[in-house]
This record gives sequence, structure tokens and C-alpha cells, in this order.
Amino acid sequence: MEQFLQQLLNGLFQGSIYALIALGYTMVYGVLRFINFAHGDVFMLGAFTAYGLHKLLAGTLAAMPWPVSLIIILVASMALCAALGIVIELLAYRPLRNRPRLNVLITAIGVSLFIEYTGQLAFGATQRPFPELIPPIQVVSAGGLSVSMTHVIVLGTTLLLLFGLRMIVMKTKMGLAMRALSLNPTASTLMGVNNSVVISFTFGLGSALAAAGGILYASLYPSIEPFMGIQPGLKAFVAAVLGGIGNIPGAALGGLIIGITETLVKGYGQSIGIPSGYSEGVAFVILILILVFKPSGLLGKVEREKV
Amino acid sequence: MKIRHFALPALAAAFALTGCKKSGSDASTINIGEVAAMTGNTATFGQSSHNGTQMAIDEANAAGGLLGKQLKLITEDDQSKQGEAGIVAKKLISRSKVSALLGEVASGRSLEMAPIAQAAGVPMISPASTNPKVTEAGDHVFRVCFIDPFQGTVMAKFALSKGWKKVAILTDSKQDYSVGLTEFFKKYYSANGGTITGEQSYGSGDKDFKAQLTAIKAGAPDAIFASGYYNEVALVAKQARELGITAPLLGGDGWDSASLIEVGGKAMEGCYYSNHFSNEDQSPAIQEFVKKYEAKHGAKPDAMAALGYDSAKILLDAIKRAGSVEGKALRDAIAATKDYPGITGKITLDENRNANKPAVILMVKDGKVVYTETIAP
Repeated sequence: MEQFLQQLLNGLFQGSIYALIALGYTMVYGVLRFINFAHGDVFMLGAFTAYGLHKLLAGTLAAMPWPVSLIIILVASMALCAALGIVIELLAYRPLRNRPRLNVLITAIGVSLFIEYTGQLAFGATQRPFPELIPPIQVVSAGGLSVSMTHVIVLGTTLLLLFGLRMIVMKTKMGLAMRALSLNPTASTLMGVNNSVVISFTFGLGSALAAAGGILYASLYPSIEPFMGIQPGLKAFVAAVLGGIGNIPGAALGGLIIGITETLVKGYGQSIGIPSGYSEGVAFVILILILVFKPSGLLGKVEREKV
Repeated sequence: MKIRHFALPALAAAFALTGCKKSGSDASTINIGEVAAMTGNTATFGQSSHNGTQMAIDEANAAGGLLGKQLKLITEDDQSKQGEAGIVAKKLISRSKVSALLGEVASGRSLEMAPIAQAAGVPMISPASTNPKVTEAGDHVFRVCFIDPFQGTVMAKFALSKGWKKVAILTDSKQDYSVGLTEFFKKYYSANGGTITGEQSYGSGDKDFKAQLTAIKAGAPDAIFASGYYNEVALVAKQARELGITAPLLGGDGWDSASLIEVGGKAMEGCYYSNHFSNEDQSPAIQEFVKKYEAKHGAKPDAMAALGYDSAKILLDAIKRAGSVEGKALRDAIAATKDYPGITGKITLDENRNANKPAVILMVKDGKVVYTETIAP
């Protein structure tokens, strides 16, 4: 029983990471109807930005209590990656604004590969140890269950960002503009929305989320390398689709489901004959199932094409 | 419009021309190919073995080369990717017309290269691949290290000698090396009184092992045999400690990298692994090698560097004995290698083209790798 509880906890934390990344995917799709395949790579850049910042500011940061230095690095990296996301949008996606969706999708894949291999050139392909931003304190160690401070912060940050994102989209003027843009881009310009500004903002926000995800992921698994964004990015994409792409709570739900299912298969699969190494396939089996049975996702709405 | 029509064929012609590079052993050099993982998941393997190999080649060239010609080492990076090794091996054989192939360190990638070298009649020497199937590909494939049927028993014997009667196993199911090593460890360990409390697996590139470790913890093992490569093992150790598992981890030569302690940190304390070579060995030949390597690269050599060096030295010795670089003659000369005084020990290639050598057991203590004992075959 205790093992099962620990596995559930493992799954919960794993899922919260996927949820965090999925938030970015789902938001960009929700507003722009476009799957940003380069999201996983901004995730990687976020981790490297934090690594670089930490190296740069190591002296000043050492004097502060760790929550403060964590927040400083987190916010600074998120800001830098938001700026980067806006630049990417400006250079790669804006020129294709009025082209078929497929063109932009392929460009996104190109941007993703570009970032990965430039990263390999710039940072080298060997893994680097990520600095310990969160000390390895065990928050709970009751009767065999173990929860570390890092996990608590990951979960907490995911919930915070989830809530914050919902607030931005539902309660602010910019959020209103984003929702208008997602409903109908042409009509929104008639209503006085500057589409370019909103799109840039969306990308910036999405990239900031990706950067936060990258830093938290690197805190949990402290070895970073230029290709670290591919796998989590892919699974987060599945999570976003599972929850209904474009739906923010759906992304969180999708992330959790995938995290828990994957962990349970890894932990118990051995006893039913599936070697735990096959757990990679779980996310994709789920993708196939959801696309076959409920393509709009668990919380998504079916979009009818109106003539 | 007219300009566009002209541009495309011109571009195509330009691309075709770039393919015509001067290649092949011309009259003044002997080309030796090397396939190594210089980047990617197991980058330290390739970088270390390349350093060792290049050192041997440079020494030979400084001494005047071989057969009146200078030696040229052509290294291709396979990016630690399964599939790439075969592609670059083919490229080295057909484009650069190499007389011999050195590589790879990882068994999975050597298994890819071996049939290609065999079919082309190019002798191949693997510095550190321990999976027995590598040399089974044909009589042109050699290795200068021990093989896993021996390495598996080394750690099993060690575990039993320490009184660890219950062991859990964690295998990297994507790597032939890890799968093979686990098999041989299991065979010896179970047959000699040990109990395997559980077997779990992961894939190379995985970052989270909490699920597998939680399942392992439930079996309360005395030790965990993690037969994978260093970058995952470091994370496994960290996460095991986070879950409250205090049992030591045991492993094979796939752990041998500076990265293991860099990433694994305190979690690796008290863990053991079998290896080909310890740079603490005080014999004069080894210390001289360590000094030379450290002067050139700023760090002490690991086993992959020493094996890279030995594999190149044996190839060069065979070229000298054969008096030529012709495929069959060179192959026969390599096969006749007997009692060659390598840095990693006396190397004799048996009838299966493997070397029969002792293994050393290294322990991670106080953030450093220290030698504990030698186990002879």
C-alpha cells in the first residue's frame, strides 16, 4: 500500500512538470491555433539561461536565502526567454501570418531543430550539472513516503502559474484581447485589438512558462543538455491534446493523467510482463486512444466548421 | 524568371562538386578511421578514447611514422546515436579509404559497425566494447578488452564476497551492453547463492527513475546492480538517495567517466564498479602514460583513454609486423598479437579475437574514484 502511495506521489510530481509545459502549448494553440513545436526548446533554453545566470551571479546569490535566489533566477530567466520567444515569433512566424497553417507548422519544426543544434554548437553536447537552486530538504518523510522540497516547489509553481494564467486570460484586458483573437482574428481587429501586440504577448507568456518549466525540470533532474527538451516537450504535447488543446485546465489534467499512468506502468509493469523500459510508449498509446475516441480531448469542445 | 531557371542547375552542380574531396590513402599517408561518440549522451567515452588514440598516433608519427609513411587518424562523430555509427563507418571505408577502423566504445554501436567492417574486409579493433556478440560478427573484428561473460561474474563475485545476498537489478533496456552485462551478472549471482529481489529497466535518455526505484525499495535489497551508462546511473543514485535507499550501487565499465561524480555527487559515495584500468596503478609504464596524458589534456586518463591508446598501439604494432596495410595481411597480424605490453595489461588476442585480462574494482570515496582490488579471470 505504501509503495502504491509513493508511486502515486511520484506520478503526481512527474505530471505537474508535464502540466507546466503543456500550459504553454495549450495557450499558444488556444490563441493562435498553432502548435509551437519549438516550445520544448525554449524549455531547454530556460534551463541554460538559469545555468548561465547562476554562474554569472554566483557571488551575489550565495549571500541570499535560497528562496530569494530561486525567485530571482526564475523571474530573470522567464523574462529573458519571454523576450526570446517574442524575437522568434517576429523572425519566424510573423512573415507567415497569412499563409496556410501547414507552412507555419513546418517552420516551427525548423525553428526547433535550429535551436537544438545551435545549442549543441554553443553549449557542447555533454551534459552539464545544473546548480542546486533548491536545497535537498525532505519535507515529509513519514513512514517510508518521501517528498522533497523540490517536488513541493514544482507542484506549487505549477498551480500558481495555472491560476495566474487563468486570471490573465479571464480577468485582464489583454486576456480579453487574446480570447477575441482566438475567436476570430479579423473581427478582433475591427474591435480595436492590435493583433500583432497580442500575438507577441502570447508568445512571450508561453515562452516564460516554458522557461519556468525548464528550470524546475532541471532542478528535479540536474543534468542539462541541448536535446533535453525533446522528450518532455513531446509528452507535454500529448498532455495538452489529452486535456483538450486550447483548454488551460485541460492541460493540467492531461499532464497529471500522463504522469500518473506512466509512473504506475513503470512501477508495476514488471509484474504483468511489461519491462519498465517500455513506459515511454504509455504517453503515445494514450495519444492514440484519445484521438480515436475523443479527438477534442477530455475537456475540449468540438469545433464545428461553420460555413 | 530566366535567372531562376539558371540558378537551380548551377546550385545542384555546386553541391555535386563538394562531394569530390580528395580522399583515400595517397602515397604518403596511412589512413586510419576512428568512430567515436564525441557528442551526445555518452560523449566522455568518445572524447577520452579519441584522446588516447590520437596520442598513440601522434607518438608514432613523431617517431617517423610506419612503413615510411605518416599516419592519419580520421575521426567521425557518431553523436552517441544508434544508427549513426554504421553510417560513419561506411563513410570512412568508402570515402576515406581507411586501412583499419578503431571503435566503438559502446557495444551497441560496435555491433552496428562490425558487420560493415567484416563485409568490406577492413580490420576493426574495438577499444572497450564488452558485449561478446561484437567479435562474433567475423574474423576481421577484434577487441582489446575483456568481455561481459567475465565482467558480469566479477561484480557478482564481489557482491557475494561482501555478503550482499539480495540484489536488485536496474538495466538500460535500450543498450546491448547493459542487457548483456545484466544477463551474465544474473547467471553467476543466482547460481552462487544470491537472490535477485527484483528487476527493473529504463531507456537511455530517461531522467526519472523514481517509479522503478520505489519498486526496488519494496524488495529491500542489500545492493543495486545498475548495469547502464554513467549519465543515467548518476541520476539513479541521486533519486535513490532521495527515496531513502541507502544500499550501494554496483556497476560495470559503463560508469567510467568524470561526469559520474560531477552529476551524481554525494549520492555516488560508497558505490563500486568494475573497470579495465586504474590510473592509481603505480607501475612505471602506467604512471608515465598518466603523466603524458595529464600534461596534454589537463586531467588524468580514464579507462576509455587507456584502451583507446592500447587499441591504436596494437594496430600500429600489427602494421609493423605485417609490413603492409592490406586487409587480410593486417588482419592476420592483429590476430597474432601475443603478450603485447599494453597500458591496460598484457594483451593476447585469443581464437575469438578477445583479450583475456583482469578487471579492477573501483570505489567512489570522498568524491574520487579509488582502486580497491583486482579480480583475475
